[in-house]
Amino acid sequence: MTNDAVKQEVVEHERVLEKAAEWKAAGRGVALATVVATWGSSPRPVGSQLVVEEDGDFVGSVSGGCIEGAVVTEARQTIADGQTRLIDYGISDETAWQVGLACGGKCEVFIEPIE
Amino acid sequence: MKNALLEQLLADRAVKRQVVLATDLDSGAGQLLYPAEPTAADEPMMAAARRAMRADKSGIVELESGRKVFLHVYNPPLRMLIVGAVHIAQPLSQMAVLAGYDVAIVDPRREFATPDRFPGVSLIDAWPDDGVDAFAPDRRTAIVTLTHDPKLDDPALIKVLRSDAFYIGCLGSNRTHAKRVERLTAEGFGEADLDRLRAPVGLDIGAKSPAEIAISVMGQITEALRRPVPRGDGVAAGVAAE
Repeated sequence: MTNDAVKQEVVEHERVLEKAAEWKAAGRGVALATVVATWGSSPRPVGSQLVVEEDGDFVGSVSGGCIEGAVVTEARQTIADGQTRLIDYGISDETAWQVGLACGGKCEVFIEPIE
Repeated sequence: MKNALLEQLLADRAVKRQVVLATDLDSGAGQLLYPAEPTAADEPMMAAARRAMRADKSGIVELESGRKVFLHVYNPPLRMLIVGAVHIAQPLSQMAVLAGYDVAIVDPRREFATPDRFPGVSLIDAWPDDGVDAFAPDRRTAIVTLTHDPKLDDPALIKVLRSDAFYIGCLGSNRTHAKRVERLTAEGFGEADLDRLRAPVGLDIGAKSPAEIAISVMGQITEALRRPVPRGDGVAAGVAAE
């Protein structure tokens, strides 16, 4: 990986918030998903974020690609109903057969609307 | 999160203000905390935010009221200023970039500080004290002096010792450092100031080549960042207890 690519990775979560503000300013419905806890091996640390707009476009990541699809679906629900959500993902979760973390880790994701 | 809160958070980050976003996981209510600032209220959530900020670690805290709050630490970027565009500075600056630091090198000697030798790194063509002023070190800054020439290192150190830099390392032997301490003492610095200097620089891992020395320095900086020794009375209390 080049130095520039590494830097991109380091600063990636910083642009998530900028994107949230940008989408909001453009009048779109926006929700923010944040990893608030992890157990075992988890691909992205606590504090990792993903921002979703009403049509399902998203920027950022909360895992190595394992649960992003599910999080985007939940986030669009949050945009629709304005409710926050706190969701566990991982092998102990019943949905693990569909959306689990291949690494065997667990994480908790908080989803909130930008109001 | 309220849009106004998001705008404030972005504004804080733009000016590199250290901020913690506290979000109540039940109600979704958010609040910005500034535990590093003197006006910070003395209350449990602020204390928890201060610990999280120092550890650079976000996480959930449970308050006595039973509220679960997520503390999201937004620390400004890590930065490194290297004094002296010498050989060791080449691998050190590259490793620091890999570790996520914004790196600048100050050296008034143009033949040393060339973009060819330091691709992707900011070069400050100035006398080191002016270079330190231009860089404006903060508590997320590591400084390494590598020239072991008092003419260049000392003016930088005199400035740096008045900053909040979390790490100050100085290349040079024990003998060189003893003389450095004498000179800086004559400049009016006390023991507590001079104890901040890590010299000879780097962890003692038998490093020989420039790259190995850079690894030992990067290791020491990482330790200072991730496992900081409390300044002043924290250290003294530990000694007194023995």
